[in-house]
Amino acid sequence: MDVLEVARWQFGITTVYHFLMVPLTLGLGVLVAVMHTLWVRTGRPEWLRMTRFWGKVFLINFVLGVATGLVQEFQFGLAWSEYSRFVGDVFGSLLALEALLAFFLESTFLGLWIFGWGRIPKKLHLAALWAAVIGSWISAYFIIAANSWMQHPVGVELDDATGRPVQVDFPAVLTNNTALAAYTHTLVASLMVAGTLLVGVGLWHLRRRELAGRPATEVDHAVWRRSVRLGGWVTLAAFLLVALTGDWQAKLMYHQQPLKMSSAEALCETEAPAPFSVFAWGKLGSNECDDVHSLTVPGLLSFLAHSDFESPVPGVDELQEEYAALYGETYPDDPARFGALAGEEVDYTPLLAVTYWGFRLMIGMGAVSAGVAAHALWSTRRGRVPTSRIGVYGSLLAVGAPFVANAAGWVFTEMGRQPFVVYPNPDVPVDEQVWFFTAQAVSPGITAAEVWTSLSALTLVYGALAVVELWLITRFVRAGVTTGDTHATPVTLPSQRDRDGSPDDGSPDDGPPDGRGDDDVLSFAY
Amino acid sequence: MDLQTLWFIAVAVLWTGFLLLEGFDFGVAALLPVLGRRAADRHLMLRTIGPVWDGNEVWLITAAGAVFAAFPGWYATWLPALYLPFVLVLFGLIIRAVAFEWRHAHHTAAWDTTWTHVITAGSLIAALGVGAALGATTLGLPIDADGTRVGGAFSGLGWPALLGAVAVGAFSVVHGAMFLALKTDGPVREAARRFAVRWAPIAAVPLLGWAGVVHLRYGTPATAVLWLVAALAVVVAWARIRVGREGQGFAAWGTVLVAAAATLFGAAYPVVVPSTVDRAFDLTVAQASVSDYTLTVMTWAAAVGLPVVLAYQAWTYWVFRRRLTAEPQHEEPVHA
Ligand code: HDD
Ligand code: HEM
Ligand code: HEM
Repeated sequence: MDVLEVARWQFGITTVYHFLMVPLTLGLGVLVAVMHTLWVRTGRPEWLRMTRFWGKVFLINFVLGVATGLVQEFQFGLAWSEYSRFVGDVFGSLLALEALLAFFLESTFLGLWIFGWGRIPKKLHLAALWAAVIGSWISAYFIIAANSWMQHPVGVELDDATGRPVQVDFPAVLTNNTALAAYTHTLVASLMVAGTLLVGVGLWHLRRRELAGRPATEVDHAVWRRSVRLGGWVTLAAFLLVALTGDWQAKLMYHQQPLKMSSAEALCETEAPAPFSVFAWGKLGSNECDDVHSLTVPGLLSFLAHSDFESPVPGVDELQEEYAALYGETYPDDPARFGALAGEEVDYTPLLAVTYWGFRLMIGMGAVSAGVAAHALWSTRRGRVPTSRIGVYGSLLAVGAPFVANAAGWVFTEMGRQPFVVYPNPDVPVDEQVWFFTAQAVSPGITAAEVWTSLSALTLVYGALAVVELWLITRFVRAGVTTGDTHATPVTLPSQRDRDGSPDDGSPDDGPPDGRGDDDVLSFAY
Repeated sequence: MDLQTLWFIAVAVLWTGFLLLEGFDFGVAALLPVLGRRAADRHLMLRTIGPVWDGNEVWLITAAGAVFAAFPGWYATWLPALYLPFVLVLFGLIIRAVAFEWRHAHHTAAWDTTWTHVITAGSLIAALGVGAALGATTLGLPIDADGTRVGGAFSGLGWPALLGAVAVGAFSVVHGAMFLALKTDGPVREAARRFAVRWAPIAAVPLLGWAGVVHLRYGTPATAVLWLVAALAVVVAWARIRVGREGQGFAAWGTVLVAAAATLFGAAYPVVVPSTVDRAFDLTVAQASVSDYTLTVMTWAAAVGLPVVLAYQAWTYWVFRRRLTAEPQHEEPVHA
């Protein structure tokens, strides 16, 4: 494999991995903040225990998001320096703003939240968590705006001297319709991740308590029951919103990146009305659209694209020719910039199998979690506790579904825009369009051996981290609400704090006297 | 002042802020095996940086982000030229971050020791690596006219990289000791103070040497003055910490870094990456920068955002301002 291919694998692997933590951070953060708010408002012990239990899960996950996010920040320069040079006028500022306006907020206030238990006033402490959560939502906005700009470049003009885009309208970059649609879609997709986790874990604990004959009057029962109910409703509502925002995205995509959608539908010929493909099969290894056969629902695709059941939708074959006419049959014959691909034919059709199945996997896995959520709400109605092994373990298994949906959504988005890394914006006259092939984006000076080294090192480290992370989370989740956390109010009395004048770790005094004080969910004793 | 110069200064300030803040948490981590012989002492040391290390690390992300935002040419030249060293830094930062968090997610002595070692190793790798990268960007990388690296994977690693690495590493270790002397009480405070008194004069040599070389090569009278300020601050830091004025010692040692960094960036300007192949290929601020429009947008954002960030970061330092002592119940991790 040459540098380009290794670098693509590296970007894909590290980014998808990063995005396993990200949706949990975004989604669970809000839910923990809601739990904490409810505790501050009602003083009920179950909300406190939920805050601390889910807060800890959130933190274990958060730190891996931080660690892998660092790699992201540097990757554009390391392996994609030509890309960085090309998009520099727009892209870098979005990353810098993300760090300045979001990451500082997130990390500083999260530190305050973790170490602030009992040290700062209750309401201020709650506000710290909200500040951190808002920080993570702002960060998502900037990074999605950056990504959406490469999907649909707006607010720039082509500089004839350098051949690069120059930014002329920053507000346009921030209000890119692609970004608004993708942002809302990603956020609600993140809520599905968190909601499904609450459902799966909550049901498992409820069942275990029920089988062990523990009374439903205990606080812990309320903890798991409320987790299931909250998670279930959030998942269902988010699924509805995910479908609505996804439809918005699909309509934009038909206009902005028609090849992505037509290949996701295996639609070869232009059709009016166009059918929606439910299942497709074809010749293995062939990227020829005509080798694909599918089972279809007539007219539905026209509806998705244009909100009526008649309008024509262009097929892959026609679009491929259109793009070849506009952007060239072959890559320019310039090995310095296009490497092994110089002078080769350009395939404007993304990998059909990936886009087609990526799209279906995303929707399908989302539907699975919504189904599980509905089932959980039904089976816990009016205080019931489900004990069916299949139902409960099925829900636990389904915790993975929205993660898969998110990953599939990104693979679809990112691989569906190939061979471009910056996709031409169809609303701009062709001679003023900004576009960039993935083949010319890679760093020129580096060797395949270097990228191989980093790819294998990162993959090994990420793999090891995944094992430890899963082990820790499973262990922690199995243990349930910690035994040490028996007091409703983890607040060290101010008078006492001043008297002993020390514990800066915020470790409350309500831990059992056997030294397991740092078991207390959030009071990390460093 | 034109916007490009302003942003060169902003980038310099961000890197300096990163070294100043993350420097002490790197240093505390590096000192764990030296000053933290007992488990309780190690825990105490880690508690001093627990609430702040992540916020400090964001200075690195912002510094790198600002280089990309204002000078994409610099970003795109610098990173691939030092591809493997940067990957190693990332590796150090990854293992360090997870170790901070995971260390106390499980309670056995072996688990605790392992992750404590990982924190030390990751921090050292990151400190040395960042130093190497900065050393190379002030003193030269083998780049051609297009900013592309000439030569193999390690051709970017000459003596400038080594000098930068040692300078940042040594500065951070003493900075960490000064910080511990300021933030703790009890045996750790004493040991940290003694460590700082003994090592500060030696640890300052590579940093002053690096700044001195850059000054001699590109400097102006102004950078000579800055260099002298840095050298003077070493003496002050040493004298104050010796008599137990930990706050003043810490501040003076911080001044060493600020003045040395000002010498480095001040002398290098307007070159951001000098070429060791041919001085004609030096990458300058003007060649590397984005358009004035983008710089204007960034300037507004930074003018509003940066003071707010500084205010709330300072406030969290104030919230966690009190000195820490080892608590008896944390002496040994509980065996599961
Ligand atoms: C939809 C949201 C989203 C997306 C698409 C990405 N990230 Fe991310 N990122 C987050 C949302 C997020 C987050 C939820 O805000 C995280 C998780 C943990 C954290 O600190 O913030 C984060 C962490 C995180 C960090 C560490 C922040 C810290 O230390 O506190 C960096 C440097 C990046 N990301 C950079 C990137 C880059 C360059 C991406 C592009 C490929 C990227 N992220 C994709
Ligand atoms: C977090 C969610 C994201 C995921 C899961 C993701 C996934 C991927 C995948 C799978 C690839 C490889 C595609 C291929 O080689 O065919 C890729 C490539 C790439 N993505 Fe993304 N991406 C994400 C977000 C972003 C963002 C936010 C940006 C920009 C800010 C971005 C920029 C790129 C670049 C520059 C490449 C390399 C060029 C290429 O191979 O296409 N991605 N991404
Ligand atoms: C139910 C109907 C859904 C529809 C119609 C839909 C539609 C879409 C479309 C069209 C895209 C591509 C956007 C682009 O390429 O620019 C996309 C991307 C994505 N989808 Fe969905 N989706 C649905 C469900 C889900 C679910 C259930 C999840 C996760 C729980 C999810 C997560 C994602 C993610 C993370 C992306 C990539 C990021 C983005 O561009 O927003 N989607 N979706």
